[in-house]
Amino acid sequence: MVAEARGAGRTLAIAGAGSKAGVGQPVTADAAIASTGLAGIVEYNPEELVVVARAGTPLADIEAALAENGQALMFEPADWSRLLGSNAGQTIGGIAATNMSGPRRILAGAARDALLGVRFVNGRGEAIRNGGRVMKNVTGLDLVKLMAGSWGTLGLITEVAFKVLPRPETEVTLAVDGPGAADAAKLMARAMGTSAEVSGAANLPGPIAGRVLADGRAGRPTTLLRLEGFAVSIAERIGRLTPQLGAGHDIAQLDAAASQRAWAAIRDVAPFADGTETPVWRISAAPMAGHAVAADILGQTEGEAFFDWQGGLVWLRISGEDPQADRVRTSLAAHGGGHALLVRTGEDARARTSVFQPEPAPVAALSEKIRSSIDPDGVFNCGRRPFASVRRAA
Amino acid sequence: MNEIAFLTPDPDVLARREAIVAGLADLVPTEALVTDPRELVPFETDAFTAYRRVPLAVVLPGTTEEVAAVLAYCAEQGVPVVPRGAGTSLAGGAIPQEDAVVIGVSRMNRILEIDHDNRTCTVQAGVTNLAISDRVAADGFFYAPDPSSQLACTIAGNIGMNSGGAHCLKYGVTTNNLLGAKVVLLDGTIVDLGGKALDAPGLDLLGLLCGSEGQLGIITEATVRLLAKPEGARPVLFGFDSSEVAGACVSEIIGAGIIPVAIEFMDKPAIEICEAFAKAGYPLDVEALLIIEVEGSEAEMDDMLARIIAIARRHGVASIKESQSATEAAQIWKGRKSAFGATGRIADYICMDGTVPLGQLSHVLRETYRIVAGYGLRVANVFHAGDGNMHPLILYDVNDPAEAEKAELAGADILKLCVDAGGCLTGEHGVGIEKRDLMLHQFSETDLNQQMAVRAAFDPGWILNPSKVFPLSFSRQGAS
Ligand SMILES: Cc1cc2nc3c(=O)[nH]c(=O)nc-3n(C[C@H](O)[C@H](O)[C@H](O)COP(=O)(O)OP(=O)(O)OC[C@H]3O[C@@H](n4cnc5c(N)ncnc54)[C@H](O)[C@@H]3O)c2cc1C
Ligand SMILES: Cc1cc2nc3c(=O)[nH]c(=O)nc-3n(C[C@H](O)[C@H](O)[C@H](O)COP(=O)(O)OP(=O)(O)OC[C@H]3O[C@@H](n4cnc5c(N)ncnc54)[C@H](O)[C@@H]3O)c2cc1C
Repeated sequence: MVAEARGAGRTLAIAGAGSKAGVGQPVTADAAIASTGLAGIVEYNPEELVVVARAGTPLADIEAALAENGQALMFEPADWSRLLGSNAGQTIGGIAATNMSGPRRILAGAARDALLGVRFVNGRGEAIRNGGRVMKNVTGLDLVKLMAGSWGTLGLITEVAFKVLPRPETEVTLAVDGPGAADAAKLMARAMGTSAEVSGAANLPGPIAGRVLADGRAGRPTTLLRLEGFAVSIAERIGRLTPQLGAGHDIAQLDAAASQRAWAAIRDVAPFADGTETPVWRISAAPMAGHAVAADILGQTEGEAFFDWQGGLVWLRISGEDPQADRVRTSLAAHGGGHALLVRTGEDARARTSVFQPEPAPVAALSEKIRSSIDPDGVFNCGRRPFASVRRAA
Repeated sequence: MNEIAFLTPDPDVLARREAIVAGLADLVPTEALVTDPRELVPFETDAFTAYRRVPLAVVLPGTTEEVAAVLAYCAEQGVPVVPRGAGTSLAGGAIPQEDAVVIGVSRMNRILEIDHDNRTCTVQAGVTNLAISDRVAADGFFYAPDPSSQLACTIAGNIGMNSGGAHCLKYGVTTNNLLGAKVVLLDGTIVDLGGKALDAPGLDLLGLLCGSEGQLGIITEATVRLLAKPEGARPVLFGFDSSEVAGACVSEIIGAGIIPVAIEFMDKPAIEICEAFAKAGYPLDVEALLIIEVEGSEAEMDDMLARIIAIARRHGVASIKESQSATEAAQIWKGRKSAFGATGRIADYICMDGTVPLGQLSHVLRETYRIVAGYGLRVANVFHAGDGNMHPLILYDVNDPAEAEKAELAGADILKLCVDAGGCLTGEHGVGIEKRDLMLHQFSETDLNQQMAVRAAFDPGWILNPSKVFPLSFSRQGAS
């Protein structure tokens, strides 16, 4: 089908389940190719810590199979469907293609770190295999990393192999009263600098805490620190961690169920899943810089923000319709740089705004050459990314 | 001996040697340029010492700008370039050729920034792996990937090979701990990839660079992730009467939800060799040994070890030896970490580096013995059992050409066995020249063509580390 489209000079849009169809520049394509027909787990032996599945397999199916064996995808894939106002389930291929990682990324790595192998169809219509299903592999060029986070701009992923790990026995989250974002960044840095193996570190301003936490703490600014593992070990680590947090903080403990609810809400950006199309940015900065970027932007425009990944992942919602891309990117650049992705916005703004972070010219030129080496005629997902050679749909 | 082919040096480049050297001399200070034949000797090979070629010249720049000038010049002159760190590659990744200029980063060895709050460390590319951990240890941090060569090997070489170490089971390999790099492209352009933010925009060029074996650009700086040092660590020795049982025990530990920081496996020949050298207190009356290391406070380690020991007992473990002190712990690791050196003292050997899915370990081990015995040779096995990375050391006599050839053939058979079992040709040492011609066993021609097309996006003329990784007969170089 790909070879045919290429031959005919037509372009293709790649779709998983359509959960993130609202992200990115609108794709201009002559036809869509959906991976949802390519479904099913191909191989899964729990003691090998690897799951191999076809790209269109619903994430829910994979998670169910893993849960049955007490295992999980450690990068904790997020689900943006409520944020984006769709009810589509996600596919495992879409998770790989978007490098979709949740709060545990600060300890356990991103989806790209767990992605061991891929099969994909390139723009020449050739089936390519790269990586494998083993933990360590340096055989040839690592195209797996290129495919992770490529958003369908290089090729159609048909099969993925992910590393899995035992699901932690239990979890506890320390809910620390306050402080404001800048002090919270320092507090989280201290926590991450201990041997407590904090697996989630987020800071929520009062109103957002109210939307995430159901208990008596709701509505007060809160810093959350998650510990996972065997119960004995968690108790030990709380003992190591608390003295480092500094005096004068009121610290509550969320039990496993409350902890799970809170982190799922943070992961899925629930505080901004409000059924509107107000612009939502996902900003990745150095952990100590996140709060400064947000303060800078929110000093000039109305909106609200909260912080995951030890402060380095800023979720920022802007009131009104204008995503204010220049303001966001200028602030980010002024604070050490990073990556700002416009995750949600109205259809009009989406067509006009650079949704993905623009790259420095030499890097963009290199990326363009790489794209050409995989999809020489630009068959896939035209328009989704600002590639120079993007052709218009026929 | 089953000789690995080298490209015929380009006579045109050789004829222009003096002019090329003069051109290089204009670009870098005198002390950075090595041309004296005697001084070139240390650069004629890496740790894959069976092969050597004297390079045309060696440049050891002191700054990124010098690297850029030299690389752009070589590219313009059509002179092949071999990037080099410390030259500890076991796959011949840094072996030069007669018409090549070696660009080594060993003089670029300053630690540029330590950022505790963001937990990063930025270094020049020639800094050794261990130097980072040494520098931040007093503040309670470390850099996780720990190849056995960590005293000598550089961060540049670690990135070039995507190196791993014994503690990868928990902490991952280089690519999982690298946040950013400064890279010089072939035309001398300097680009910064990644940084202190966890996610980088665009295509993951940093991930592609990791393990690319010096074929895409020259790394001059790196920003790596620092981790907080655990409270304590305790390695424990478990002796088993058979390799199968040891393997089954590993599966069950992992199945029980326990991920130790390291699970190292040694078979009987390896135990004997290492014990004779390091006097680590390894039991000599067992067939297989596991070194399992746990981390945390005393209470956490006790808890985890109790779980592990219960599982080992169910599998009829023959002996258990817990380290009682830091000195004993160091002894246990000394035995394991000196495995290569200790083997080198009793015989010549080649070290294989295949990986297999965990469920295939026992099968592959059994077949390895059969293959090596079939060639009339001996083998010792030490490996990272937690992530399926096997290191059979095939012993032979380097002065006996027939034995040397058999050793290479046996090695190739073992690597093919790994691939056939669902694994791959190399887990951490790289392809280099060593495994180049086996690539078609793991990949189809289409797969390799796609990889080479990506390579060509960086280096269309095959200037950077040519004739490595891809089969000679297959690459554009070989064809010309
Ligand atoms: C049935 C259907 C028909 C569509 N028709 C059109 C159309 O005619 N014109 C148009 O402009 N848009 C169309 N779209 C929307 C467009 O294809 C999507 O915006 C886009 O492909 C995103 O995919 P997704 O929303 O399923 O997100 P996800 O499944 O979450 O995927 C997110 C990203 O990953 C990529 N991705 C997902 N699976 C793979 C894979 N297996 N390999 C490589 N990359 C992958 C996607 O391309 C996308 O960039 C259609 C979508 C669907 C579901
Ligand atoms: C005793 C011993 C034990 C070892 N143990 C391990 C182990 O446990 N785990 C493991 O993974 N490896 C191990 N190795 C292999 C080797 O140490 C690693 O591959 C190491 O990372 C190489 O680093 P180096 O600085 O010596 O690089 P070199 O050998 O100089 O180069 C390695 C590769 O990287 C490329 N390269 C070097 N510098 C640059 C640069 N600046 N830019 C771009 N490319 C560059 C080279 O071209 C070459 O392809 C061991 C080697 C020895 C001798």
